[in-house]
Amino acid sequence: MSHGPAAKLGVDNASGKKAKLGVWLFILYTTVYAIFVAIGVLNYETMGKIVLGQQNLAVVFGFGLIVLAIIMGLIYNWICTGYENKLNKEE
Amino acid sequence: MIYEASTFAVVLFLVFVALVLGLSFYFARKTKSASGYFAAGGSIHWAVNGIAFAGDYLSAASFLGICGMIAYSGYDGFLYSIGYLAGWIVALFLVAEPLKRLGKYTFTDALDAKFNSKGIQFTAAFSTLIVSIFYLIPQMVGAGDLVTPLLGLPHWVGVVIVGAIVITIVATAGMTSTTYVQFIKGGLLIVFSTILAVYIFNNGLSLKPEHEGQKYHDFIVLNDSNMQGYMAANDTTIKGHTFVKMQKEGVDRWFESTDKGYIEVLSKTIKADGTELYNGEPKEKAKFFPVGHMNKIIVDGKEVDATGAIGPFKFLSTIGNSELVRFLKQKFKDNGDDVTLWRQDITKGSDMLIPGLQFPDIKDDSMIGKINFISLMLALFLGTASLPHILIRYYTVSSQKAARKSTIVAIAAIGFFYVLTLFMGLGAAVNGVLDVESSNMSGPLLAKAFGIGLFSIISAIAFATVLGTVSGLIVASSGAIAHDFIDKFLGKNLTDKAKVRAGKFAAFGVGIIAILLGILFKGMNVSFLVGWAFAVAASANLPAILMVLFWKKTTAKGVSWSIIVGIVSALGIIMTGPTIGEQFFGIARENAIQPIDAPAIISFTLALLTLVVVSLMSQKDNANKIDVN
Repeated sequence: MSHGPAAKLGVDNASGKKAKLGVWLFILYTTVYAIFVAIGVLNYETMGKIVLGQQNLAVVFGFGLIVLAIIMGLIYNWICTGYENKLNKEE
Repeated sequence: MIYEASTFAVVLFLVFVALVLGLSFYFARKTKSASGYFAAGGSIHWAVNGIAFAGDYLSAASFLGICGMIAYSGYDGFLYSIGYLAGWIVALFLVAEPLKRLGKYTFTDALDAKFNSKGIQFTAAFSTLIVSIFYLIPQMVGAGDLVTPLLGLPHWVGVVIVGAIVITIVATAGMTSTTYVQFIKGGLLIVFSTILAVYIFNNGLSLKPEHEGQKYHDFIVLNDSNMQGYMAANDTTIKGHTFVKMQKEGVDRWFESTDKGYIEVLSKTIKADGTELYNGEPKEKAKFFPVGHMNKIIVDGKEVDATGAIGPFKFLSTIGNSELVRFLKQKFKDNGDDVTLWRQDITKGSDMLIPGLQFPDIKDDSMIGKINFISLMLALFLGTASLPHILIRYYTVSSQKAARKSTIVAIAAIGFFYVLTLFMGLGAAVNGVLDVESSNMSGPLLAKAFGIGLFSIISAIAFATVLGTVSGLIVASSGAIAHDFIDKFLGKNLTDKAKVRAGKFAAFGVGIIAILLGILFKGMNVSFLVGWAFAVAASANLPAILMVLFWKKTTAKGVSWSIIVGIVSALGIIMTGPTIGEQFFGIARENAIQPIDAPAIISFTLALLTLVVVSLMSQKDNANKIDVN
């Protein structure tokens, strides 16, 4: 049976470090997301408090979660590229 | 609602369809191998794949469903945007690279890479089919909804058109053409949604949302000293609201009795003989009208009639300080007639910008309401990285690095679009464009207020959205049938050519099923259905994917049983829940078999526990495990 990718992949010596970093970043984002959901469930009125530039917490937190995902993605890529450049030099 | 087709819209629609089909036939000549058909030969550039991801992901649920839900229920619709986007974090940090390393054409490949197990091949292929079909239903329903205002055709014709075009796209060139269709459509959707947002800000907020060629309705208010010739016939009280049927010149109209007088409501009456009346008159008299407006606008503490052009943040804060009028549905029987009314409800802008209008249960002490809410947010978070048509896109790029980069492009593009959904939804709520019969059309109808050209382009893109997503789902399903089931599970060892042929036949079969389901489920809420698809995907697939990647003691039996338990428990909870009972069997929500609508919190946990317990019980099987690292 032919398993394996459609395109041929080289050896990736950085995969272990990247996976570990991914897990930590995942835990960090999940914690922030869980706080957002918890506020919505336990004290939804808090979401209506004006917190920044005449915007309420719901808007700031909601937009913040979207922007945080993009920023964390870029940081993750930057660090992973560093690992790959360092550990996959010979490949 | 009553719609007339526009020639420009029809021409633009035809040009778009011709372009998409032309692209498919062009790529068909290049697609000969199974790798080319199912995974575009792993040759797509990461940036193109990233936008194609956005194309795949921003389905009818995102553009039609979320905008509609925000227009009717405010921030609760935006919760879907936040949850859908957050789900990409799971895909990026946990799934993208390892999945790319393990798989070939389908996510079953990745699950099965270490085991070569018949159980995994069957259950994962079955799960792909179930999730894809759940996801297909709202797409096809959305297609039918779109075609009605765009081309003036009935709902079922829209569903058949989408089905036929998609079968042609998929059966000609598979993943390559699907990718480029998604890339073009994803890009156009983001560009034109941005343009629509600019129109919203430029237009600002006004008490009388009138647009060129689109006058806003003057609502009638009667009082005992000025009845304008109306005579009260009878009244009905439901949930504390009293509605009075008035007669004038042989036409029955409905009003709500309030302390400010009798306020006009919209009505649809289905007479005992099947005749449909809109605001008391036949459909062709066009007495029904679009709605949604501001009731009071407060800018810097002062009440104004209109704001003029306004920036995005001022737009939100002004809505937050003001009041708007929503139209809430009420159904009852009147002398054997089925009457549906949409009454005016003055809502504080600040309530539109916090959770609670769509999910009112989170406001009280109801534990069930809170569980449903947490469960929905969990499904949205965990569902993305479990959707087969998203996962197969990791096989269209050349390396793990490309898989990672394309995911980040997708997050940026999708995130930007989801920020726009809040503005588009609220813009639709206050610009007098809402079709009370279909929330799904809020986004395109808002575009219509700003010009038929913009409406035609946005609708054609929305239609392409459905085409693209359905194509991706059908490729995923055909891969599950031809590659996972026929080739691997049944052990037919198909040649490359035979596998592509089997894939095309499978695409045809799934396409026909999609058409039938799209017609059958007409009228159902698109976003709501997609929420279920996410819940089923998260429960059936994600525990298996994560544990295969991160837990060495995972066994083939554990994976198979986890998928089965995930599917059965998620479907079981949905089917016995209050929404299915109410919509299909007329059972009151409080009398449902069980009170949970959103299954993920239970079904995901059950699937995960099953995988752990069964794996621990079958450790001896891991002696034959294949080392792929």
